[in-house]
Amino acid sequence: MLNWTTKEKIIKNILMLFAFSSILFLTGIIIVLFREGAPIFTKVGISEFLFSSDWYPTYDPPGYGIFNLLSASIVVTIGAMVIAVPFGVASAVHISYILPKKYKNIVKPTIEMLAGVPSVIYGLFGMKILSPFLRGVFGLPTGLTALTAMIMLGIMSLPTIVSLSEDAITAVPKSFRDASLALGANRLETMIRVILPTASSGIVTAIILGMGRAIGETMTVLMVAGGASLFPSNILKPVRPMTATIAAEMGEAPVGSEHYQALFGIAIILFLITLVFNIFADIAQQRFKEKVSGE
Amino acid sequence: MRKINSFIVVLALLMVAVMTFSVMAQEELTIQGSSTVLPIAQKAAEVYMEQNSDVNISVRGGGSGNGIAALIDGAVDIADASRFIKQSEVEAAIENGNYPVPHRVAMDGIAVIVNPANSVEGLSLEDIKMIYSGQATNWSEFGGADMEIVVVSRDSSSGTFEVFNDITLGDERLTQGALLQASNGAVAGVVSDTEGAIGYVGLGYLSDSVKAVEVNGVLPSNATVASGEFPIARPLFMFTDGWPEGLTGRFINFVLSAEGQGLVKDQGFVPLH
Repeated sequence: MLNWTTKEKIIKNILMLFAFSSILFLTGIIIVLFREGAPIFTKVGISEFLFSSDWYPTYDPPGYGIFNLLSASIVVTIGAMVIAVPFGVASAVHISYILPKKYKNIVKPTIEMLAGVPSVIYGLFGMKILSPFLRGVFGLPTGLTALTAMIMLGIMSLPTIVSLSEDAITAVPKSFRDASLALGANRLETMIRVILPTASSGIVTAIILGMGRAIGETMTVLMVAGGASLFPSNILKPVRPMTATIAAEMGEAPVGSEHYQALFGIAIILFLITLVFNIFADIAQQRFKEKVSGE
Repeated sequence: MRKINSFIVVLALLMVAVMTFSVMAQEELTIQGSSTVLPIAQKAAEVYMEQNSDVNISVRGGGSGNGIAALIDGAVDIADASRFIKQSEVEAAIENGNYPVPHRVAMDGIAVIVNPANSVEGLSLEDIKMIYSGQATNWSEFGGADMEIVVVSRDSSSGTFEVFNDITLGDERLTQGALLQASNGAVAGVVSDTEGAIGYVGLGYLSDSVKAVEVNGVLPSNATVASGEFPIARPLFMFTDGWPEGLTGRFINFVLSAEGQGLVKDQGFVPLH
């Protein structure tokens, strides 16, 4: 039998291996992304790839410009936030400050359950219920539009925003509130002038992570955004975000072809965008921690 | 207990013996090529292997060009192609001492569909070109109601798009306003939900929820596609090196038999007879 020190060492090393495995996977993903996708940047040129709006990957001569797809992703994400942020932050405030504790323990987990609904179900809802409704309301030729995608993505990023904002607001020390109330401010003033400014960087973290959810969402936008590679100049027209393009075309792009590389190129851009989001979310989170700890 | 165990061991040994024997006796056939023909080749291979346990057929996709290139190199027995062989490929094959022989195995027809509420019954190829290139945007130009045309297309890497594009659009580019859908089913779904929509699907996807229009005065059906009257159609080929003999010949005969053509029909293509 092994003695206990060797045993402990083995267990330690195995645990370390598991702990580092996610870093290993991430490195692997980055290597594969760049190895498969980077050639397109040298072939087409980065500025042509990013700023040309000709996405005609299977034509002769082909067009590999993702400007319309990139703009669609950005516009849809911003739209989703315009919808989700007011609802999300208001819900967070209500849950943390107004709702009695016994209801809070029901309401918050319920909202968080929204995050567990598979995205294809959101897609079905958007396709069969929301899109005919919008088509009727606005008298559109088709209900599969940027607006449909915005609303669906807004709903989908709500749980992230509500849950994390609520955590941030609850994390504001009780002494801040007590001090404000003691100085004669009423509850509304305390909320707007004291609590929200203190929690703001935590709320910003929540919003950025919600944006990350929205820009990376694939199945729902594939189903409801319409899929036209138009510049998103009108939110009542169909659009084609980057994720939908990858999902729709990867299956039939010959491995190693320029089209395949261009799809990986889109994946690189998407990866970099979410990376930047995460870095900003981290910075905001750090600021928030310093603020509530009273630096 | 012990008895059962030993019985199982004997059975397992017997099975291993049979399997090794059959592997040793197996004839091999390799097929590569067009992803459009892939479902036909795959299904035919499955059924043929079920009936002939001494045969092993491996089927791969990769595109018509890759399949024909592999046939020229002598790497495969059969090349699937959704187009005819090019002159340059024939020359390369003859240089290698190969003589590619085409076998037409099925017809692939694509129906143009509109919403059942649309009053337009027929379009010409030229009309379809105008619509899909974005030059015509209202149904009133084609005798329909004053309604914006919602152009629905397959994504541009699909085989269905390739045929449709070659035959209808030619040199014109697909309008960027087209709603690109990832499957035949999704196209039919959007067209049946959208009053002003036009789309195209393989003949196997026609149903009551969409309306197929006449193209150049011909309604799409198995008969009109097989006869060549319906314009948006193409033959699908399997190429062999020389006139097929042995297993290759038997497999091609199977695909062309009544049973093989039944499988073609099951996969949503148009059988030859």
